Amino acid sequence: MEQQRVVLLRRSFLAGLGLAAGGLALGLAAGDAEAAPPAPLGPTALPSQPGLRTGVFLHIATDGTVSVVCHRSEMGQGIRSSLPVLVADELGADMARVKIVQGDGDKAYGDQNTDGSRSVRDGYEPMRRVGATARAMLVAVAAKKWRVPAAECVAEQHAVHHAKSKRSLDFRELVADAAKLPVPDAKTVALRPVSELKRVGGLLPLLDGPAIVTGAAQFGADVRLPGMLTAVIARPPVVGGKVVRYDGARALAVAGVKKLVELPGPQGGAVGFQPLGGVAVVADTTWAAMRGRAALQIEWDHGANAAYDSATYREALSGAARAPGKVVRKVGDVDGALAKAARTLEAEYYVPHLAHAAMEPPSAVARVDANGCEVWAPTQNPQAARTEVARALGVDEAKVTVHVTFLGGGFGRKSKPDYVAEAALLARAMGTPVRVQWTREDDVQSGYFHSVSAQYLKAGLDADGKVSAWLHRTAFPPIPSTFDGRVKTPSDNELGLGVLDLALAAPNVRAEACDAPAHIRIGWLRSVCNIFHAFAVQSFIDEIAHARQADPREVLLEVLGPARHATPAELGVQKVPNYGAPIEQHPVDVGRLRHVIERVTEISGWSAARKAGRAVGLAAHRSFLTYVAVVAAVSKDALGKVQVDEVWLVADAGTVINLDRARSQMEGAVVFGMSIALHGAITMKGGAVEQTNFRDYPVVRTTEVPQRIHVEIVKSDAPPGGVGEPGVPPVAPAIANAVFALTKTRARELPLRRLGL
Amino acid sequence: MIILKVNGAEQKLDVDPETPLLWVLRDVLGLTGTKYGCGQALCGACVVHLDGETVRACVTPVKRAAGGSVTTIEGLSPAGDHPLQRAWVELGVPQCGFCQAGQIMSAAALLRKNPRPSNDDIDKSLAGNICRCGTYTRIRAAVRKAAGLPTE
Repeated sequence: MEQQRVVLLRRSFLAGLGLAAGGLALGLAAGDAEAAPPAPLGPTALPSQPGLRTGVFLHIATDGTVSVVCHRSEMGQGIRSSLPVLVADELGADMARVKIVQGDGDKAYGDQNTDGSRSVRDGYEPMRRVGATARAMLVAVAAKKWRVPAAECVAEQHAVHHAKSKRSLDFRELVADAAKLPVPDAKTVALRPVSELKRVGGLLPLLDGPAIVTGAAQFGADVRLPGMLTAVIARPPVVGGKVVRYDGARALAVAGVKKLVELPGPQGGAVGFQPLGGVAVVADTTWAAMRGRAALQIEWDHGANAAYDSATYREALSGAARAPGKVVRKVGDVDGALAKAARTLEAEYYVPHLAHAAMEPPSAVARVDANGCEVWAPTQNPQAARTEVARALGVDEAKVTVHVTFLGGGFGRKSKPDYVAEAALLARAMGTPVRVQWTREDDVQSGYFHSVSAQYLKAGLDADGKVSAWLHRTAFPPIPSTFDGRVKTPSDNELGLGVLDLALAAPNVRAEACDAPAHIRIGWLRSVCNIFHAFAVQSFIDEIAHARQADPREVLLEVLGPARHATPAELGVQKVPNYGAPIEQHPVDVGRLRHVIERVTEISGWSAARKAGRAVGLAAHRSFLTYVAVVAAVSKDALGKVQVDEVWLVADAGTVINLDRARSQMEGAVVFGMSIALHGAITMKGGAVEQTNFRDYPVVRTTEVPQRIHVEIVKSDAPPGGVGEPGVPPVAPAIANAVFALTKTRARELPLRRLGL
Repeated sequence: MIILKVNGAEQKLDVDPETPLLWVLRDVLGLTGTKYGCGQALCGACVVHLDGETVRACVTPVKRAAGGSVTTIEGLSPAGDHPLQRAWVELGVPQCGFCQAGQIMSAAALLRKNPRPSNDDIDKSLAGNICRCGTYTRIRAAVRKAAGLPTE
């Protein structure tokens, strides 16, 4: 990654954030470029919002108020309650005098895409460096005033102190002079020792809690502008479909409906982030727009994807996984070892498409005038939203401003800004601000779905039962197909989610990627390909254990092998994608994975947790540079259906800033993983999604959630790993393994409820 | 013309009487704390009180509320300090927060009728409220805390 430099920020940049000029403002810039100002804002009709963008950016006003920009999006992971604490701690600020400002979409912040569980990982060092630089400048001013060495001064509690002479100056008394200093060279600015970061790793308050529980927090659909209309869109039921003709007379007859607007479908060869097209009903109110849409009569040309059918596709996917694919990982001689094996085992696993189903369906508000376009959106990726809006409108990006609201859940869906571009196109067509509201049916039927997958695994066991050969074939329509329809082979980045980076003790390992064409928009969903890779691998290891009549815990530890850093050479790959992080900094550390397995089996009383009518299952997985192990206990309810009784999860995410938010993410991951295990299935017929709403795309409700979900976060000084996603992958296999222990039924596919379990 | 009370204030509304209460609250009265999540009474994001009883505002025609009194999350307590709201913040319940108004309104109706609910009572009362972030265990603990019961 390009080294970023701490720089002074221009006045215009501050104005764009609603901050007063004057005082000390620091940001980071790539290379030598000064941080560019965002596009000038029109007068905003909204009160300034409590922010949610983790910006590597700091402003100290002349009254001493510290503003920290959050340039990443808040979608429940608590980033607004976490990242700014780093700046404050490093600076020596009093949190009561720190304001969080949500950053707009702007390349000046560097990468703003809130995905990949990396906001803390990306921000940890740069955020601290900005705080440390400001501290050094404040200290320099105080030291000069007192004529003492800067090294004798400390910054704490929003003031610089000189202990020897018992003198102190509040930041507000130092800011004006500090702002006149040149920004010191990064080499001369020392970060505090971690022990001085007083709040980091502790139980921090949930900054936005009061706004949320009073209904004051503003989500995308809550934005209101004067003269704003609301649009509901009839999109092609099949991706790539087009409107042949439509009759809008009945829709226009609905009271409150203003206009029907036909939207173009994706241009060029790839869907990407482009709107799907269709017919928009624009009305006074959401209800009128919904009723208008229901009254539309549209004849569609469903296009080339109309034959997509989940039942037949499953056969093709299975065929692909049963045939040799592109070798992506190889050590030793798998075929030779399989031929010599005392015993071989094979299994095929299947996980269907999944929908994100965030509680807030996509929504966005746009205003377009001669000066450009301003949008308010619950987006995980404001820069992509800015680019897509500019592309859709055919204007320069500088003319587009993207404000980020709270996200009512994201899970990867809101990284794709198609709905934001829809709002912009309609605002231009109407000449008034327009809010686009997706219904739940739209969300379930027109998403960017988690990929369907088939996994084929084969193992050779030696005379002692040890795994001597391991073959893994993975077949799924890859995410890059969304951006280039010709792509059929899983990408290295996707294979890096549980195939290339899986440490195994077996001396002979081969992994193959099998082709699978896409017929819908494939996207990221919380933990992405780790979901099906962990399900297959962790189920298969459990199958090996039962085949050997051995304890699954012992076999899992044996299959992973001893504590070590698994190198690319050992893994049999050129490079471990490693979530974009250097392998030296974030090795594939088998010792850490073993440790979470040992801890989770200890706190769950692994052997003792089994009792009459109740069984336990175990799974562990490294993802997003974090190590998670889960034990699930299951029993049968009064109707004979499997129920999850209790779950234990141990996570080693390296350095954690906000312990309570890390715990809450893991608790939530257990529930999210339970939805995948028990319920999740999007199926296709005639190219269209068969499910419609929570009725036929159920997610876990409180009545299914165990009374106790135990979460332990390992205390670690390792560099920060991810927190939002890595809790998810081991949950479904842990439950499936427990179900096998209870019922002797092996679930080689999800969801369990579809198997009658 | 439909006349009803919302959070104690009388409102005279010139709307189609079939309009769901949800869209009257959000689009006409600007009370956006009540959320749209499914439109079919499946998720509970739109739960409000009508004359003290929980209703799914997304499927409740506004005519049903005529002459009645509606309470939304904005009106649950004057200063946002209902025992449930306090417990919610103290226990760090919300993640994304989108479903929480509905959860709190369902829980508030439960506690009014049943000040010391069992775990089973809590689950049954909140079974209609989906939280996709999965804050359920903390929601239960916060309801117990607000009821003065042990949170574990």
